[in-house]
Amino acid sequence: MPGDPARIFTRLSRVSPSVIEDVRREFGLDRPLFVQFFDYIGDTLSGSLGISYQFARPVSEVIAEAVWPTVLLLGVATIGSTAIGLVIGIYGGWNRGSRTDTSSLGFALITYAMPEFWLGMLLLLLFAVTLGLFPTSFMSTPGLEGASAFARSTDILNHLFLPALTLILALLGEYALIMRSSVMEVMNEDYVLTARAKGMREALVLRRHVVPNALLPVVTLAALNIGFIVSGAITVETVFSWPGLGQLTFDAINANDYPLLQGLFLLFSAAVIVANLAADLLLGVLDPRIGRT
Amino acid sequence: MSSELLGVRAVKRQRRRRAVIESWRVYRRNLLGMIGLVILVFFVAIALLADVIVPKERLSVTGATGEAFAPPSAGYPLGTDELGRSILDLVIQGSQISLTVGFIATIISMVIGSLIGIAAGYFEGWTGAVLLRLTDWFLVIPFLPLAIVLASLLTPSLLVIAFVIGITTWPGTARLVRAQVLSVKQRPYVERARALGAGDAQIISRHILPNVFPLIFANTVLVVAIAILTETTLSFLGLGDPFSVSWGTMLEFAFEAGSISLGAWWYLVPPGVAIVLVVLAFTMCGYALDEVLDPRLRSR
Repeated sequence: MPGDPARIFTRLSRVSPSVIEDVRREFGLDRPLFVQFFDYIGDTLSGSLGISYQFARPVSEVIAEAVWPTVLLLGVATIGSTAIGLVIGIYGGWNRGSRTDTSSLGFALITYAMPEFWLGMLLLLLFAVTLGLFPTSFMSTPGLEGASAFARSTDILNHLFLPALTLILALLGEYALIMRSSVMEVMNEDYVLTARAKGMREALVLRRHVVPNALLPVVTLAALNIGFIVSGAITVETVFSWPGLGQLTFDAINANDYPLLQGLFLLFSAAVIVANLAADLLLGVLDPRIGRT
Repeated sequence: MSSELLGVRAVKRQRRRRAVIESWRVYRRNLLGMIGLVILVFFVAIALLADVIVPKERLSVTGATGEAFAPPSAGYPLGTDELGRSILDLVIQGSQISLTVGFIATIISMVIGSLIGIAAGYFEGWTGAVLLRLTDWFLVIPFLPLAIVLASLLTPSLLVIAFVIGITTWPGTARLVRAQVLSVKQRPYVERARALGAGDAQIISRHILPNVFPLIFANTVLVVAIAILTETTLSFLGLGDPFSVSWGTMLEFAFEAGSISLGAWWYLVPPGVAIVLVVLAFTMCGYALDEVLDPRLRSR
């Protein structure tokens, strides 16, 4: 295991071995590993995530400060990418083989092949550094604390634009692909044929029969995707110095801050499980066929 | 019928050869698949010849000849990095590490995924149920954070990175293989083999495995793409092997050295383009293989 925590903690000062021993004892690191493991389980169950080596503060406090920037960024990115991705997917599936369809398919494949942080670095280089249209880092401009609420929110939006755009571009391809194949599948169903046979207008067939049914698998995908979005957030936040959980993860890795990493991992896993549960419950409401069995 | 004169083994071999030729015929008609294949052959050739094209000394930190952060010029077609090394040299050498890690990780992932998938599908009762739950558990856990935790606990090296990627990417394969095994298991020839007294090992190796193998193969190609992307991300986060140059570590060095604020696009663009091309090529080949193996997809 690289990085003895007690050494990291006392790295900058010349300390005697007895001090290092004290630090070890304070963090419970002198005890056998399996005892430490049960300590961790017990502490976690009683709501304590331990002390961050890096910040010397409770992990829960450090995480709590970084939650909202991430929720803001991921919320905007998720809404943006699903909305745009669904529209592209519906259009592509409905007009299969059209020029828009093939080009959006190619676009989706390319964004899938792209490391999202690389896309972020390119956007940053182009729009922030070369053209100077957006700020290069952080979530707000320092020294703006006393400004009006309006000035502060536009400042945040200005900072939010590039990282959110990066994540939206990185994520929308997958939604478009899934929605496209889902629409194509539903179009072969008997009830779509029936709707057409009774003379329903095409636009209405699409809106009433195809889209609602095609959306169902996308709900499951969106939930499974939370894990992927979290991964994207880690690197994209690092590129844009966005003060959220992703940047915190990056710092925790580099500082070998194990308690903080454990806490973040617990939070990410919990978020994925909650999202999956929510998707399952939502599917039961949206699709009466599932609720009945 | 000339095949009557041949032994069982020769007939088998002939049938297999004919199947391969037929698959290749279908594959060749797939334009995207062929483009992907050409790109892959190109990059694999570069990776194999990397040491010939670019002698290792040219990458030494102290022996760098160029100026730091020089834009593309005649001597350095893609410019130089923060130490004055040629970016083109780095990208060529990086192909070796990126592809090697990708392939090793994929082999680990496929072996684990196939074994667990076959066992979970073949064995009913609690063995299958436990393996299925295990797969689901790994599938749901956000895999990058898991990979990060694993990678940060171990001392970084190429094998460790490959191992971490392998251990976090197998569940998708396992689900896929399990579903196929469940269907193969019901077929009459499996029942016949069992009636003739074949044991589990015999049935799995003689009947189940050959039937799920094409699926495993097509999936492998897609997993390589994921593995290479994951290697890039882990290296970018500083979890890669610090002593070898991959496309991911190049991006990390470019980022850490401040090439964004210096406007050094020539440092950022080439490794990224190489990653995109390789991943795209693997994905296109994977889809083309899917089409070869699943006739229902061909009309699309």
